[in-house]
Amino acid sequence: MAGMRHRSGTHGSPLRRKSSTDDRAMRLFILVIAIYLVIALAFPLYVMFSKSLENSQGAFVGFQNYLEYFNTPALVYSIQNSLFIGVVTTTITVTIAFILAYALTRSRMPGKPVFKTIAMIPILVPSLLPGIALIYLFGRQGLINELLFGYEIYGPIGIVIAEVFFTLPHALIIIITALSIADARLYEAATALRANRARIFFTVTLPGVRYGLISAAFVVFTLSVTDFGAPKVIGGDFNVLATDIYKQVIGQQNFEMGAVVSMVLLLPAGLAFVVDRIVQKKQVALLSARAVPLEPLPNKRFDNLMLTYSIIISIFILGILGVCQFAALVKFFPYNLSLGFSNYQFDLMDGGGWDSYFNSIEMASYTAVFGTIVVFAGAYLVEKGQGLGPIRGAFQFLAMLPMAIPGLVLGLAYIFFFNAPSNPLNFLYHTMAILVISTIIHFYTVSHLTATTALKQMDSQFESVAASLKQPFYRTFLRVTVPVCTPAILDISIYLFVNAMTTVSAVVFLYSPHTTLASVAVLNMDDAGDIAPAAAMGMMIFYTAAGVKILHYLLSRGIEARTQAWRVAVAK
Amino acid sequence: MSEVFLKIENLTKNFGQFTALRDISLEVFQGEFVCFLGPSGCGKTTLLRAIAGLDIQTQGSIAQAGADISVLPPAERDFGIVFQSYALFPNLSVEKNVAYGLESRRAQRDEISQRVAELLALVDLADQAKKYPAQLSGGQQQRVALARALATSPGLLLLDEPLSALDAKVRAHLRMEIKDLQRRLAVTTIMVTHDQEEALTMADRIVVMNHGVIEQIGTPQEIYASPASQFVADFIGTMNFLSARIASSGKCLLEATEIAVDTSGLEAGQQVQLAVRPEDIHLEAKESASAEEQNQTPGTIESMEYLGAFVRATVKLHQSGARVQADLSAGDIDQWAMAPQAAVAVTLPADKIRLYPLDA
Ligand SMILES: Nc1ncnc2c1ncn2[C@@H]1O[C@H](COP(=O)(O)OP(=O)(O)OP(=O)(O)O)[C@@H](O)[C@H]1O
Ligand SMILES: [Mg+2]
Repeated sequence: MAGMRHRSGTHGSPLRRKSSTDDRAMRLFILVIAIYLVIALAFPLYVMFSKSLENSQGAFVGFQNYLEYFNTPALVYSIQNSLFIGVVTTTITVTIAFILAYALTRSRMPGKPVFKTIAMIPILVPSLLPGIALIYLFGRQGLINELLFGYEIYGPIGIVIAEVFFTLPHALIIIITALSIADARLYEAATALRANRARIFFTVTLPGVRYGLISAAFVVFTLSVTDFGAPKVIGGDFNVLATDIYKQVIGQQNFEMGAVVSMVLLLPAGLAFVVDRIVQKKQVALLSARAVPLEPLPNKRFDNLMLTYSIIISIFILGILGVCQFAALVKFFPYNLSLGFSNYQFDLMDGGGWDSYFNSIEMASYTAVFGTIVVFAGAYLVEKGQGLGPIRGAFQFLAMLPMAIPGLVLGLAYIFFFNAPSNPLNFLYHTMAILVISTIIHFYTVSHLTATTALKQMDSQFESVAASLKQPFYRTFLRVTVPVCTPAILDISIYLFVNAMTTVSAVVFLYSPHTTLASVAVLNMDDAGDIAPAAAMGMMIFYTAAGVKILHYLLSRGIEARTQAWRVAVAK
Repeated sequence: MSEVFLKIENLTKNFGQFTALRDISLEVFQGEFVCFLGPSGCGKTTLLRAIAGLDIQTQGSIAQAGADISVLPPAERDFGIVFQSYALFPNLSVEKNVAYGLESRRAQRDEISQRVAELLALVDLADQAKKYPAQLSGGQQQRVALARALATSPGLLLLDEPLSALDAKVRAHLRMEIKDLQRRLAVTTIMVTHDQEEALTMADRIVVMNHGVIEQIGTPQEIYASPASQFVADFIGTMNFLSARIASSGKCLLEATEIAVDTSGLEAGQQVQLAVRPEDIHLEAKESASAEEQNQTPGTIESMEYLGAFVRATVKLHQSGARVQADLSAGDIDQWAMAPQAAVAVTLPADKIRLYPLDA
């Protein structure tokens, strides 16, 4: 045969496939998204690190800032405080969440969906809100401050309570998942061996969820150590790493020291992230084993106990929310308790007024729309693309990285990178665009994992079949991949929207007078002493997020009903 | 059926250090139905994917219809493919699935729907056009996948274990249908299977593979009647293997029994495996089992297994203690009053015996 140029026995370099138009297009797209991740994530972080090695004139000074940091007792003390808050919050939250998850999965108490929904509410509010409620309850003029027996709510007590409220849903989701994959056969075996309830609990239940508990503990620890809202509102003089960054940057304009504290804050978050990834892998291995789902048996005493417990937790959550709504409506606490909407006249206060609220909705909508497109397309290209192995590997790493970056650190890194006059992207600074760009990055990892999971569940031969039928990849992407993954796509967009509404940490460094946000307004009004309007704005965020969540629920139900005919196949 | 349609030369595929295919050369003729047959993990799917361009070979060339396609991406090759999972698009109806490859070809709408109707009629699914894949049985889904693969009239049809997800009855029925369809359309077809019955009934030629190499290429009859290697002999059908030694040209020794057999290619003194199929062995009742006649050795029936049309007897050979399986018809049993413990003379017909040198 004449054209056999590729024959070569056993030696010679391996053959490489000629690139198709599709291959080239997909590589181009993946490069575009990878460049976005590099510019919006890798570069800023790198610039921040190098800033921590410079003095305020921009001269390289090695680790001198770090030396100064560790020789300033007031600053170093915050490390201890942060760790203290992290450990105490983790212990309390994981315990509470475990018992609640146990009630939701292992009892026959009534009203489980209601309790579960209530426990998820904290996701819909900024972390500043529980602090505000605590001031109304336990502050100097608080409604029930006698209950503290003279202790001060401003400080570790307040921070921990607020963090427990804020982190509970995150721990709960993980532990419920861990408890639901339990294998009924193990329990049957243990019962057959006449083990009593307590023994079964310690020999079967706890070991079965150990990865879930570890994972939940690390997630809660990271959230509470890196959170900025609660210590800002109710921390008083109790300094933590997150508030230090804010004070160094906003208060003292000491950007270099802010960078140093950020690097310090990266350590616990990064460590927690690594441990969590390792544990997640093991958990997945457990998940894929074929288990018989456990059906809890009725047990009157136990069910009543669990019901009581769930009611108490629900009262705690709804109480915090109720107090905020009460605070928002009361005319002048505690002197004039009549109700009205005067606190909703945001335009009369600092913080940007009603514009902030509408800016937030705009920002959250852009984040949801563009974020979902970028994240889903990115995950698709990484999963299905051909060639460019190293770039896809780097992409995967960059997609996982944001999970380990606290919002404040990201925000500060953006100041350093985008505010530099020499940066051609400088024009983005102080725009709506930079808020959207940073928020997408901030919440990239979870969205990316959701997309990847959905894509992995699809038949991997779709693309092969489409290629054999000479169909361009984007056609199959739009006609098959996207419709089949619609539930995951909706999940991602709602996740991005809600988080964009409630987040404070990254955007607090990036908003401008034209792009004030509702969550930042809560912070600034609280700072200015306008606590009631801050509560009112916080509740506006809650109602908006909850409304969108409900809309999402109805939409998903509608889509489910419409696609029922073919969904059977995907579920199989 | 004389023109070479697909020509594979010296094809090797490595996955890292592991060699999945080693120096494969193969020709497939125009309109032929070829089966890749072999045990799990032998490289059948890997070879099929190389032909499709889905997972390109490390070395070697592939030519289709005279053109070198060795490194072309799948979209630039000419083939239709059906996977074991069918990979039907779950959100598209049957007719949309079948039309999937037609739509962008600037064809008119009614032209497309006419072609789809034609294809659905071909696979006998005209009444299922509006349904979604999830609403069809496994066999119906399989036929939709087939129609979709054939829609663009590809020159080459690739089938990767298309029937393995189906139950036995549907499988037997679809075997006939696919074969029939293939013959009518005269489309060159390669099917991967690890089911020898499937390969024997459907293929024009079978490519038997093992550990990444081709053991034998031949028609079903050739493969069955004259397996080229001990592996093929063992893999296809049931085969008795007995240790023997070449005595001289045309003769080998099974213990004390002299066996006349074709010994070409083998040397005197060489140790061999003597292979013979159960249905080729003759048994007759013999009171005084001696070994006077050529190719005959004494034995005792140990057990008999009723298999419907025939009975499979396990016979212990007196000289070696080895056991062979031999098939008996109902007539044989009556004639010779065969029963367990009966002494028999076991005849191994010279023309049905094959010898394989013992590997070192
Ligand atoms: N992507 C891959 N990476 C590494 N090894 C692979 C890969 N694909 C296949 N292999 C290995 O190559 C060998 C041949 O695989 P292949 O899928 O071709 O087998 P097969 O003959 O189709 O088997 P089966 O009947 O089980 O489908 C196997 O040992 C398999 O483990
Ligand atoms: Mg295979």
